[in-house]
Amino acid sequence: MLRKLWIILTLVLVVPGLMTMVSCATQTGGQQTETTTTTPSEAPKKPMAPAADTSGADRAKEMARNQFLSEHVPYAFDSAALSPMAQNILKRKAAWLNDNPGVSAVIQGHCDERGTAEYNLALGERRAESARAYLVDLGTSSARLSTISYGEERPLDPRSNEEAWAKNRRSQFVIK
Amino acid sequence: MHSMRRQLLFIGILILVFTMGSRPEVQAVDEYYEIHPFLKKIPLAIPDFKPLEPGGTTAETARQARDLTAETLAFTSYFKLIDPAAFLEDPKTSGLTKRSINFRNWTIIGAELLITGGVSQSGDAVEMELRLLDTVKGDAVIGKRYRGRHADLRKIVRKFCSEVIFYLTGDRGYFNSEIAFISTATGNKEIFIAEFDGRNPSQFTRTKDITLSPAWSPKGDWIAYTAYPKNKPNLYIKHRRQQRGYEIANKGLNITPAWRPTRSGDRSLDQKHLAATLSFTGDQEIYLLTGKGKIIKRLTKSWGSDVSPTWSPDGKRIAFVSNRAGNPQIYVKDLESGRVDRFTYQGRYNTQPSWSPKGDRIAYSGMEGGRNDIFVAGFDGRPPTQLTREAGNNESPSWSPDGSMIVFSSTREGRARIYVMTAFGTDQRKLLTLPGEQTNPQWSPNTGL
Repeated sequence: MLRKLWIILTLVLVVPGLMTMVSCATQTGGQQTETTTTTPSEAPKKPMAPAADTSGADRAKEMARNQFLSEHVPYAFDSAALSPMAQNILKRKAAWLNDNPGVSAVIQGHCDERGTAEYNLALGERRAESARAYLVDLGTSSARLSTISYGEERPLDPRSNEEAWAKNRRSQFVIK
Repeated sequence: MHSMRRQLLFIGILILVFTMGSRPEVQAVDEYYEIHPFLKKIPLAIPDFKPLEPGGTTAETARQARDLTAETLAFTSYFKLIDPAAFLEDPKTSGLTKRSINFRNWTIIGAELLITGGVSQSGDAVEMELRLLDTVKGDAVIGKRYRGRHADLRKIVRKFCSEVIFYLTGDRGYFNSEIAFISTATGNKEIFIAEFDGRNPSQFTRTKDITLSPAWSPKGDWIAYTAYPKNKPNLYIKHRRQQRGYEIANKGLNITPAWRPTRSGDRSLDQKHLAATLSFTGDQEIYLLTGKGKIIKRLTKSWGSDVSPTWSPDGKRIAFVSNRAGNPQIYVKDLESGRVDRFTYQGRYNTQPSWSPKGDRIAYSGMEGGRNDIFVAGFDGRPPTQLTREAGNNESPSWSPDGSMIVFSSTREGRARIYVMTAFGTDQRKLLTLPGEQTNPQWSPNTGL
């Protein structure tokens, strides 16, 4: 039982960490070898960054911002509870908000398609509100955070399978 | 014919017995489900309507009127229409009235009811005489004469069909009702409205965004719904015919509107009442509002979500969805005493309650194995009856105004479409096909012909 827990914890905490490290390594690697041109495959990842004179600091900032926008807070079916993984993601959100004091964010609460539309509007709001409450507990000013529920109306993945449902159950951050 | 009336009377008695709720009679309730009027359909013959003067236009109008009558009555699922190929009577020589009909020619092919029609037309003016005859008794039971323009043909036919249904059931039916639903035909979720039988669908909202939960006012003159024009879910109250409307935009959610039934006549919007879920306090509770959105009082109080109210026909109770026990279940609250009873116990996800117009049952969506199906349950503690099964995802039940049918959405053919069935789950069929997906149907009141 305990061993199983450790395995799950390792998977939950270490694997995403490794993945971030790996992606950092490849990106900085790319920076070193190509100083003046951008490969087509990399172009969409950093459309805002000027190719030639990007400093390392700007690049890191841009990546942190992208992560803030693209890393979504996951939930179990019919639940607004924050798992350890969800809490870690929210800690990173809090850190980014702390580094960017001028920014206000909207937290969107989303659901998978399996429930019914009306109840999911309520569930989406509870998800966004639980994420917001967690950030406020971490010290983010509540004035910088607003919430909106989209229920099951704005799925990230339109397919009807476990993978898509897991992706669609989320709180998603948008910069105001 | 007689058997139908007897059956209905029997059902009436059973309902009476059933509400008294003493033990030995409960046994009889089983039969209530077995003898419902949709199982043994009444054999009905509708021979060609007779043009009462020569001429191609009259003959064409007569044919249209006959087919419309057959379609309208077939929709109710009370009848089995007899194939005209089996008719023994020659429509050219047989008459329209009791005296000129050989009833044996109809009973011998199994018809218990017969409808005859005579049509005359001069220019745009149409006159029709329509009769319902009981072939077993050998008697005429309804005889009506209608005058109107050719454009009124369907109105006339529906008026007559309404008489037929009233004779059989004691209720006017739903031939002047509509069905509102959500369609993605335009690429966005918008409210569309079609006639009860799916004819003439037309777009009602143009929010160009998410639009949800249409709700008809008791007279059918207003529709409340949820939409996002201000980038958050607010309530909108829009007149059915006029360009008038109101917005209810409290902080947080403004969702799942349901109009309180009224018995009195026309009321202004200020005097109409609406139950809806608001979350401005940080908790999702159901409130009683005026038609213009003024809060009268809070109706629920519990941690978590309270959504999707539906009113008992007397306006004294609401059923709603709450996750107070950990997952969504349906509860009933008596507004006078404040007492709340849990209504659903089977399954872990029961939502979308819809209270029947007769008041004795609630239809809802229940999820099992990740799929929703339509269930109906009464207040006798008996297990719910499952009306749909193994046919995709079935959601959003809404009763016809007479309680004889239920409209719902289903993905049984892939994309979500609007379907109807009888209140006992028989005769399930698709109502209409439009581009995109159609969900969330709401049957309007029968506004009278």
